[in-house]
Amino acid sequence: MPEQLVFAMEVTLNGLMTGVMYSLVALGFVLIFKASGIFNYAQGVMALFAAMTLVGIQDGRVPFSHVINAIFGTHIYDFGWEVPALLAILLTVIVMIIFALLVQRFVFKHLVGQEPIILFMATIGLAYFLEGVSDLMWGSEIRNMDVGLPQGINDWIDVTTLEIFGYGFFIDNLDLAATLIAAILVMGLIAYSQYTKNGRAMRAVADDHQAALSVGISLNYVWILVWSLAGIVALVAGVMWGSKSGVQFSLSLIALKALPVLMLGGFTSIPGAIVGGMIIGVGEALFEFAIGPMIGGATENWFAYVLALLFLVFRPQGLFGEKIIERV
Amino acid sequence: MLDNATEGYVTADGRQIGPVVMEMKGITLRFGGVEAIRGISFDIREGEIRAIIGPNGAGKSSMLNVISGFYHPQEGEVFYRGVKRPPMKPYMVARQGIARTFQNIALFEGMSVLDNVMTGRLNHMKVGLLGQALWWGKAEAEEVKNRAKAEEVIDFLGIQAIRKTPVGRLPYGLKKRVELARALAAEPQILLLDEPMAGMNVEEKEDMSRFILDVNDEFGTTIVLIEHDMGVVMDLSDRVVVMDYGKKIGDGTPEEVRNNQEVIDAYLGVSHD
Repeated sequence: MPEQLVFAMEVTLNGLMTGVMYSLVALGFVLIFKASGIFNYAQGVMALFAAMTLVGIQDGRVPFSHVINAIFGTHIYDFGWEVPALLAILLTVIVMIIFALLVQRFVFKHLVGQEPIILFMATIGLAYFLEGVSDLMWGSEIRNMDVGLPQGINDWIDVTTLEIFGYGFFIDNLDLAATLIAAILVMGLIAYSQYTKNGRAMRAVADDHQAALSVGISLNYVWILVWSLAGIVALVAGVMWGSKSGVQFSLSLIALKALPVLMLGGFTSIPGAIVGGMIIGVGEALFEFAIGPMIGGATENWFAYVLALLFLVFRPQGLFGEKIIERV
Repeated sequence: MLDNATEGYVTADGRQIGPVVMEMKGITLRFGGVEAIRGISFDIREGEIRAIIGPNGAGKSSMLNVISGFYHPQEGEVFYRGVKRPPMKPYMVARQGIARTFQNIALFEGMSVLDNVMTGRLNHMKVGLLGQALWWGKAEAEEVKNRAKAEEVIDFLGIQAIRKTPVGRLPYGLKKRVELARALAAEPQILLLDEPMAGMNVEEKEDMSRFILDVNDEFGTTIVLIEHDMGVVMDLSDRVVVMDYGKKIGDGTPEEVRNNQEVIDAYLGVSHD
């Protein structure tokens, strides 16, 4: 088999798995957009916040220690214990649910019935606010995330491909784990929204507020539920990206990579977020592999956006989005 | 016989009408300077079909919105089963067993007919958040039980053939029927219908009238309906409230209302001065 083709296969596989990581972020956007029509600019920062909280709890750091020390003149930084990963994840989930409660109570409850653009602006404010809070709460140092996910080259794939192609593929175990977790998460979310009472209530609210009220659905409750779910998805994305590249501010910028994914997949489709992520992941990896060297490389920085732009021109509703037909 | 508020009576066709379940007292509703409803009082008895009629802009829909909690009147009180009702959000009213349909159809267009009807069952499903997420034994049993009830309603209204069709693709008449199905699935004590026959042809109107009578007959559901079509109202209802310019101008059996001079004037368009 020609060497180039084998390389391309490896690039494709790796691209596929990077794409799944993009999808994880995009998923959080889709959840909130579907249920409340809000485009949540803060989703990336939520992932950062979740990852920082998880690491902070794991290391037993005192939240807001800088503030506490500054006010009381103390020097407390650590509780002096380490929390096991599983318990820390559970605690972080609780923090994200509390965050959802606060967001609904103090921001979106007061904006019911407002224009989408106003809600969008509110999420921008929320993003910057949350960014500040995470800094204040856990400090701004770069941290390592270790929740026991496997890392490094997958030996089995390496050996197997070496036997078949005479060249061992480098596939990261972390990417494999991310793919598996994303698959479980997506299937869980789809089943939840299709076959449970709350899932149905969520879809109902997304469809028609007035009708939802008339069958006895509390909008407030559903929105808290949706923001909690988005928080949990943000946590999963934060864990994956944090394990890959460290917990630091740039984590919140992965949200920008989710935008082209959403344009491709459509803002309202969960499968769309997955497929869109994969197309972008594979597309940018292959493009960099095939065309990159000819034009000086670093195409990964812009390829996704150009692809999204093309989609906007020819299929604005995305691959799986709902076509908006305005009757006149 | 109508004076006996506590006991009820039997209609000419042998249906048992119970005591008063809901009473509106001096309801006044304003939008800024406009008075949509002016000091209206009337009652609704258990098991009856109560119609609210009146010309365009009379405040009929506003009245229904007051009952279902979408509007909150500035003055007046609503009594439900003898208890004064505090201002309530619409979803809380729905949880008290009052279901409704809308004049301009408010269905979940993206969902299938079955899913729409299932949303009507939401208040009968009690399994908690975690149970649902993990689909533990009880959650499944509950889903199956409520699904059976939803299918029953679908069967009752004869919409089995379109169970899986997304509502957005259905023609107008069927949408109206699906909306009724969703309201019925909630097994309401009181069913509020806002112009259930608006925009329908004669055949569809006949079908809908039959369904309304069947629902009332078989489940004993109290029905409050708003209607434009005088003929339909007179045939269907036990008692009629007539509204004009936000005021009540008549209240009684269809016979009484038909012979009321003010009602005749309102419908024939005598000038207001």
